[in-house]
Amino acid sequence: MTEGFLQDFAAQSSTATVDTPEWLEAMRRAAMERFAVTGFPAARDEEWRFTPVAPIARTSWPPPSGAAEVSRRVLEPFIFGHPEWTTLVFINGIFSEGLTSIGPMAPGVRVGNLAEAVNASWSGVDCHLGRHAPIASSPFTALSTAFMRDGGFVHVPANTVVTRPVHLLFVTTEEAVGAVTHPRNLIVVEPGARASVIESYVTLAPSGTYWTNAVTEVAAGANSWLEHTRIQRESERAYHIGSTHVDQHRDSHYRSFTMAMGGEMARHNLHVRLNDENIETLMYGLYLARGEQVVDNHTAIYHDQPNCRSWEVYKGVLDDRSRAVFNGKVFVKPEAQKTDAKQTNRNLLLSDSAKVNTKPQLEIFADDVKCTHGATVGRLDESALFYARSRGVPAEEAQRLLTYAFAAEVIQEVVLEPVRAELERLVRGRLGTL
Amino acid sequence: MLEIKGLRASAGDKEILRGIDLTVNAGEVHAVMGPNGSGKSTLAQVLAGHPAYQVTSGHVLYQGQDLLEMEPEERAQAGMFLAFQYPVEIPGISNAYFLRAAYNEIRKAKGLEEVDSMDFLDLLEEKLRLVEWGPEIMSRAVNSGFSGGEKKRNEILQMAVLDPKLAVLDETDSGLDIDALRIVANGVNALRRPDNAAIVVTHYQRLLNYIVPDRVHVLSAGRIVKSGGKDLALELEARGYEWLEEEVGATT
Repeated sequence: MTEGFLQDFAAQSSTATVDTPEWLEAMRRAAMERFAVTGFPAARDEEWRFTPVAPIARTSWPPPSGAAEVSRRVLEPFIFGHPEWTTLVFINGIFSEGLTSIGPMAPGVRVGNLAEAVNASWSGVDCHLGRHAPIASSPFTALSTAFMRDGGFVHVPANTVVTRPVHLLFVTTEEAVGAVTHPRNLIVVEPGARASVIESYVTLAPSGTYWTNAVTEVAAGANSWLEHTRIQRESERAYHIGSTHVDQHRDSHYRSFTMAMGGEMARHNLHVRLNDENIETLMYGLYLARGEQVVDNHTAIYHDQPNCRSWEVYKGVLDDRSRAVFNGKVFVKPEAQKTDAKQTNRNLLLSDSAKVNTKPQLEIFADDVKCTHGATVGRLDESALFYARSRGVPAEEAQRLLTYAFAAEVIQEVVLEPVRAELERLVRGRLGTL
Repeated sequence: MLEIKGLRASAGDKEILRGIDLTVNAGEVHAVMGPNGSGKSTLAQVLAGHPAYQVTSGHVLYQGQDLLEMEPEERAQAGMFLAFQYPVEIPGISNAYFLRAAYNEIRKAKGLEEVDSMDFLDLLEEKLRLVEWGPEIMSRAVNSGFSGGEKKRNEILQMAVLDPKLAVLDETDSGLDIDALRIVANGVNALRRPDNAAIVVTHYQRLLNYIVPDRVHVLSAGRIVKSGGKDLALELEARGYEWLEEEVGATT
């Protein structure tokens, strides 16, 4: 409920630590004022038409109460890759230094938690935090800015290569059931730098209802390269709203992979703004839903400048009575000539009761561009099923095999092999195959 | 090995096979030839259990079992293999993954242990040599972006790995250049043994220069209208199919 957040905000302000800088306090106040005016999105709001936010809006969501004791061992199923990778662990939204492991880093690279970065005024914080995710973009982003407490901070200085990926692991425990957390991440890749960042949202309360309201801001400098993977595997009774806001500069390459498999209702917004020329943006997504799950992906790419390329492929596998929403916006400004934008959304239905609402939304104001989109909703290919069966694979296993193939195709686009292997493992685990 | 009696089959309301009789013994290679639309490919697909065709009468005994009662996967598990005329592309899974899954399913059905990927790679090595391929092909997605020739070679590779008792090759030669044809034929010949058999469905005599059949059958309008030794294929090459169709027309 909106009122609950106003009260919580007043309480938070009165107990604010002396360290909170004035610029951040002002930003928080503006965000809270904004939310007080808008409240939660209404059903008539076009942006939220297919997203059932009412269960969030009508519930009061306190912050998590009580500390959670989490051992390294229970986190093992969520940690992957190489032991030298940096894994930052957050328990119920709060940084856990004891569970975090920091691997070797190139000189000048700062990786840590946002609260610390703010308190210690690390370079890059004040000029980027809140500058890429406008509070006007959604009431949930406004709430995040008002209530953000901690999250991952990655700053890669110019011309520096971070060879090992940074994994930001957000864990929700039983202590946070009934509560909301607002994980907030800031990733700054300066000109000529390269990095890979993974965000994971996982739970130790697999049947708990809680709400994660996550926001990530990304600043990709000129000629930078960033692979950004997001793995959402919340409790299937939780709510998850996530927004990722990316600003890209000249000659930069940003590639995103968004995997969604948890949440009773989960939505991710991906906004990428192409601020200069010769930018490449790759957006891949995979969602798996079953039971009554609703999984929603809204993407928006802003082609503001000429000679940029964006390439988007989102695929979904829907079983039982689950529902998927895909909305892909592509805005091409009049000056953004020679834009090359392609968008694809493919959905595989495994049951008669599963549903998909898919909507490409291209708004093109330049005349010399190549923009295409395509959406499909279908079943497994009969000829492929017969092919697999004719090789000795039983019908049910053939269905699982081909469902896996459908999902795995988009996973191949992930550059880092251990990330790809982990994503494949998650899909196989979900489909119960091989 | 295989006994087909009075087999009739249709696709929708169109009857394609109109009474096929054919017996194949272990150790034999039979060629099934015939003009386009004669029902050659339908026969191959019906033997593999393709759901698009309905068998309306007749029976097929395979190693003493009623083949038509078996699911496609049961036929494969019992040692049948169809090399597809148009192999299906499966993006998303590698050739190795797919073939190992099939290999293990067949082993499971026989009550044998499944093999892990390392042991499977060892087994593959020898089979790959048979089709003159390096290991790279195994990490590509199944038939995805393969040329026509590569797809056919991949069918032969699958056949070599799955080691069937009865292989049915459906126009495996169509669209192959001479090198690919030689590789495919070598693969088939290498697998010839006294205890297995093959049915080679083809439009052209060319393949039969490489895979020498024991028997040749000519299909026309859904029936076998002539059977003979390997010389029949040469005669067909020289004279075409028309004379046979006229001959059949004259006697019916």
